[in-house]
Amino acid sequence: MALARPTDPRIAAGVIALAAITLLIGGAFLGLLFEGAHDLSGAWAAFDPYLLRVVRFTLWQAALSTLLSVVPALLVARALSRHPRFFGRGFILQLFALPLALPAIVAALGILALYGRAGYFAGLSSAVGGQDWPGIYGLSGILVAHVFFNLPLATRLFLEALQTIPSDQWRLASQLGMGARPAFRLIEWPALRAALPGIAGLVFMLCVTSFTIVLTLGGGPAATTLEVGIYQALRFDFDPARAVTLTFLQIALTFVVVLVLTRLGANVAGDANLPVAPRRYPQVNGAEASLNAALIVGALLFVAGPMAATVTAGLSADIGRLAGEAAVRQATLTSAAFALLSALLSVMLSLALTMARGALALNRRSGPKTLLEHATDTGAGFVLVVPPIVIGAGWFLLLRHAGDVFAIAPLMVVTVNAVMAMPFALRAVRPAYDAASARHERLCAQLGISGLARWRLIDWPSMRRPLATAFAFAMALSLGDLGVIALFGSDSVQTLPYLLLARMGSYRTQDAAGLALLLGLVCLALVLAADRLGKGTARDV
Amino acid sequence: MRTFLYSLVSAAVVALSGPALAKDKLTVYTYESFTADWGPGPVVKKEFEAECGCDVEFVSVADGVALLNRVRLEGASTKADIVLGLDTNLTADAKATGLFAPHGPVSDAAVPGGWTDDTFVPFDYGYFAVVYDTEKLKSPPKSLKDLVEGSADDKIVIQDPRTSTPGLGLLLWVKSVYGDKAPEAWAKLKTKVLTVTPGWSEAYGLFTKGEAPMVLSYTTSPAYHMVAENTERYQAASFEEGEYLQIEVAGITTTGAKNPLAAKFMAFMTGPKFQDAIPETNWMFPAGKTDKPLNPAFDRLVKPTKTLLFSPEEVAANRKAWVDEWLAVMSK
Repeated sequence: MALARPTDPRIAAGVIALAAITLLIGGAFLGLLFEGAHDLSGAWAAFDPYLLRVVRFTLWQAALSTLLSVVPALLVARALSRHPRFFGRGFILQLFALPLALPAIVAALGILALYGRAGYFAGLSSAVGGQDWPGIYGLSGILVAHVFFNLPLATRLFLEALQTIPSDQWRLASQLGMGARPAFRLIEWPALRAALPGIAGLVFMLCVTSFTIVLTLGGGPAATTLEVGIYQALRFDFDPARAVTLTFLQIALTFVVVLVLTRLGANVAGDANLPVAPRRYPQVNGAEASLNAALIVGALLFVAGPMAATVTAGLSADIGRLAGEAAVRQATLTSAAFALLSALLSVMLSLALTMARGALALNRRSGPKTLLEHATDTGAGFVLVVPPIVIGAGWFLLLRHAGDVFAIAPLMVVTVNAVMAMPFALRAVRPAYDAASARHERLCAQLGISGLARWRLIDWPSMRRPLATAFAFAMALSLGDLGVIALFGSDSVQTLPYLLLARMGSYRTQDAAGLALLLGLVCLALVLAADRLGKGTARDV
Repeated sequence: MRTFLYSLVSAAVVALSGPALAKDKLTVYTYESFTADWGPGPVVKKEFEAECGCDVEFVSVADGVALLNRVRLEGASTKADIVLGLDTNLTADAKATGLFAPHGPVSDAAVPGGWTDDTFVPFDYGYFAVVYDTEKLKSPPKSLKDLVEGSADDKIVIQDPRTSTPGLGLLLWVKSVYGDKAPEAWAKLKTKVLTVTPGWSEAYGLFTKGEAPMVLSYTTSPAYHMVAENTERYQAASFEEGEYLQIEVAGITTTGAKNPLAAKFMAFMTGPKFQDAIPETNWMFPAGKTDKPLNPAFDRLVKPTKTLLFSPEEVAANRKAWVDEWLAVMSK
């Protein structure tokens, strides 16, 4: 019995989503290549000895950042999943969505407030040892900042994967008197491992494309990523051919790394049985409980520290006056509207891709994956390593003959942000969808439930929470975006981060700090709302 | 969102109602901090609109480099009549695009070293300077040589010349003082550089947070702190070799050459109504006659003993090689 027909609407949805993404990226390249074609010298000149060093540093810092983010995240996620009633757990998880919304420079200043030469630890160190604190400029600074951004992200995504473990398994484990170690090996690790390549790949891509963090905290141009080269090519040099060449190089390198990461993972066979046991949680003994608590508190302190510094700095600003300014109110509304629209589009795209991938995998059953399945699986994630400035500039060039480029600016911002957030949403949605699909596919086929009815009755209840997580991440990411808006922004379209940077750029650091706080609060409010949406039913997943 | 919808609708109305209405409008592309509420933009708009009985529309992007790129991206179909906010390091590239037209008659621009150019007209200028924190640094460097050879404990934050205008400014400054010996100077200066940020904002942010006692900025930066914040804490160091000049200019695009308001605006720009607004909104020196005297704070700023400046052609011809030279030393 073929569970999914070749004409399954889910596959069609996936193909449409892929086509939209391809159009967005392909169109940008087309525009740049068209403009750059008459002068290809820059493309060849890009390959100099310095490039080799840049490539080496880019990969090295990204690999280290990924390792330092993902391994602790795995442990923290496990700790959180074993203590569902941990004090403040819900709040911790909401807090973990916030770093993504902070513009890189705000996060960097927050981190420096703790670890910088004038930071908290510098004061502590000179008070205790009488020594000067050297600050964290260099690789260590880059790593701290990257872990600050990615540890919370990876934790939430791993947690999402752990929550797909059927409750029957936990019941069985408890009946067998399984301890923490075998439970990890037999129950938790397979679920984590299935999610590992995707999450590690995502973090790796984010670190590969890091730009402001690497330059600001890196201590000098020895710390330079390919992204800086791409930015330079499009900025001072205006050399589209070189920008495209470097972007392709970035994609190719990331592709190789992601390919290697895939080997770490495993495809778990989903559990086809409907869960009958009520939701239950593993028994945790005292020693493990304290270890887990230490892990959670440690991660919380690491993430909350720089955020607390941001809040403190923000409180010293004249918040009342800022909130009263028309420009600020307008930017807040614009930001919120853009973030909501981007997140909605992003979640729809990733859901379409996930469903298509699931349906394709069912059709295939055995044998190698088709190209389409690969594309809906890891392929779509690669949009992350295409710099927004490349997409923006490409479309600008393509559309300038077609009419008013300003008029499409908001559309461009929303679309690019949605596509950029899609890989995050994908990671949040997929484990739950695959698990639910494994359980429900047969039942749906037997009962002839399909289309909207299936979505409403079968998929929605189990997808609700992960969709909310995906939505929250996509929103946070769009809220903090500066890449696209920097190119398309104009006086009629200003977002909060844009305004923040403008204030910073004209000596108004206090205002900027206040706006960072405001941005964080807007994000928190939106994340809380998304969480509430996700908590509809108590039904087990 | 409402403003946005409104501008969409009004754009459509303008498009439909044809050239009769659109004629009375002047579109000026400029950088962000020019059009900000506290920038010169609002004053300039009001004054010029009163004079010409027309509509001024500002479109702003992040900075001068982004401004040139915006015009390049839009090409000949650009809506800009005037592009305001390029500096002399960009004018050669800007001319090479063929998107700019001669500016017509304007009154003499008052910038150090004089000005002759048929395409671009200066509207303000400033000097790059090392700004220091008087609470952290008791004896600031007295020359670029002092800075280069001084103790490695006194850190400075600078900007990357690959991504930022002040970063390029410091590179040209060192080049104009040290010439062929610039790589050696950078090798020494490198030990004092705390970090190299992508833009001015990041560097100045680190500086005011106390991460480093010095930052590369402008001689006019202390004026902001004195006038707007009432503090003398941040001062610019005066260098014996002189300071490197930045001249900000505006030009008429080929689109603007068809709009009579563009030439009018250029004449207005060098006049007192525009120039009066510059010092305390853009924190730069006026490049024309003003009606009001400068705020006394400006008299207390560092006065360069010598003005350093490469011609736009020299910069355009050598920028890439010089940046590569810098990169080779700094990334070791």
